[in-house]
Amino acid sequence: MSEKKLALEVNDVSIKFNLSKEKLDSLKEYVIKLLKRQIKYDEFWALQNVSFTLNKGDRLGILGLNGAGKSTLLKVIAGVYKPTTGMVKKYGKIAPMLELGAGFDPQYTGRENIFLYGAVLGFSKEFLKSKYDEIVAFSELEKFIDVPLKNYSSGMRARLGFAIATIVEPEILILDEVLSVGDAKFKKKSEARIMSMFDKGVTVLFVSHSLEQVKRLCNKAIILEHGKLVASGEVEEVAKIYEQMTK
Amino acid sequence: MNRYVSGFCQYRLLLWELVKKGIKLKYRRSYLGIVWTLLEPLLQTVVLTIVFGTLLGTRTKTFAVYILAGRLLYSFFSGATKGAMRSIRSNSAMIKKVYVPKYLYPLSAVLYNYVIFLISLIVLAIVSLVFGVYPTWNLFLALIPLVLVLIFALGVGMILGTISVFFRDMEYLWDVALMLIMYTCAIFYYPEKIINSGYGFLLKWNPLYCLIANFRAAVFGDPFNWTMIGYAGICSAVVVVLGFYMFYKNQDKFILHI
Repeated sequence: MSEKKLALEVNDVSIKFNLSKEKLDSLKEYVIKLLKRQIKYDEFWALQNVSFTLNKGDRLGILGLNGAGKSTLLKVIAGVYKPTTGMVKKYGKIAPMLELGAGFDPQYTGRENIFLYGAVLGFSKEFLKSKYDEIVAFSELEKFIDVPLKNYSSGMRARLGFAIATIVEPEILILDEVLSVGDAKFKKKSEARIMSMFDKGVTVLFVSHSLEQVKRLCNKAIILEHGKLVASGEVEEVAKIYEQMTK
Repeated sequence: MNRYVSGFCQYRLLLWELVKKGIKLKYRRSYLGIVWTLLEPLLQTVVLTIVFGTLLGTRTKTFAVYILAGRLLYSFFSGATKGAMRSIRSNSAMIKKVYVPKYLYPLSAVLYNYVIFLISLIVLAIVSLVFGVYPTWNLFLALIPLVLVLIFALGVGMILGTISVFFRDMEYLWDVALMLIMYTCAIFYYPEKIINSGYGFLLKWNPLYCLIANFRAAVFGDPFNWTMIGYAGICSAVVVVLGFYMFYKNQDKFILHI
């Protein structure tokens, strides 16, 4: 077996949120409370000492109940949150598909949004121009491309977002239950596109509540519980533990 | 440092897109569109000239040019700083979901206001010619206050942007502060009125007034006051360094507060 290349290193990552009991939004309140020494924060560790590594081509399923820290972990890896301690090392271009179309502007038309969202994802103008037709064709929005986005249905919006985000072939793909985009026909198409990326050896991080899906798509898995890593390893072993947990 | 430069190159398109979006959306769905950039300051100047010129009796022929030059600079400053202040919150949906260097938001807000401001300088040129204020070689010196006001607004915008993430009150406080700044900028009266009353320091210590005064000097072909320019230059440099420093120190905490 050839030596595998590292794709992602998550090293002892912890992240702390301050949940203030009262909302301290105003300067006046803050000063008064500060003088009275009444500022109390409830500390909340969304993630605690999470470590794992992924090799190139690994497909990791992230399991856990609601509020276990799955989405927080993905956001840390995507760079949205900065970990309180620990660090994340990424080797290669990352495509976060956390929420499709996060950079869309409702007043902009579909065409303008392709360039705006593409820019948010860090693509160049030439690249977007060359891929423009492909994006439009894949999202099946030819007729509506010059309509402001606020008049789109949510399915149309998600289709456009998916088409833009998957136009590159990333080295690391983050999927947060986006495999259920649009109608049945588009769902097939989007699954096929993701599968073709899988075949090309992309590293995948995949969050899902469906154990079936994780077993089908992933070769490795981890379980998070209250922000702590409770199991990690090959998908079969971890799936057994998870079945035990959720019984 | 290298990382920041390469990061900037990668997100150059985003900066450009955000600037374009600001300009495009400002006038979208209005019939006159971008023409408002010219019409708005023109109409305001007409009002101000009538009120402060005709009614309150400042009867200089070129008073309209005087007002317009000051007003344009001030309204850029106020628009840019307000835009930068709100930029983090108004882009919170994006910040929460994808990683993008955050300084792009206040920077783009300042830049798009600057582009609109530069376009509106056309009005100033026309009004100047109409009232017989003809350009001299001094006009080229106008570049100095024009660049400094951009740097100054960017610095103030970064500071305000950082603070207002943690304290919303800043938005209201800044409205009040802007009013104070406007009245100490000698926009619609001649500065002599205040200087003669012994409160001249109010003007002299206001960097924006220093820039406006010299911008006017360039337009009217009067000699520059280099002390004022120097002072405003130092203020701009300090404010911009402070602004970026505060922003960088706190940007990782933004997400927890928006």
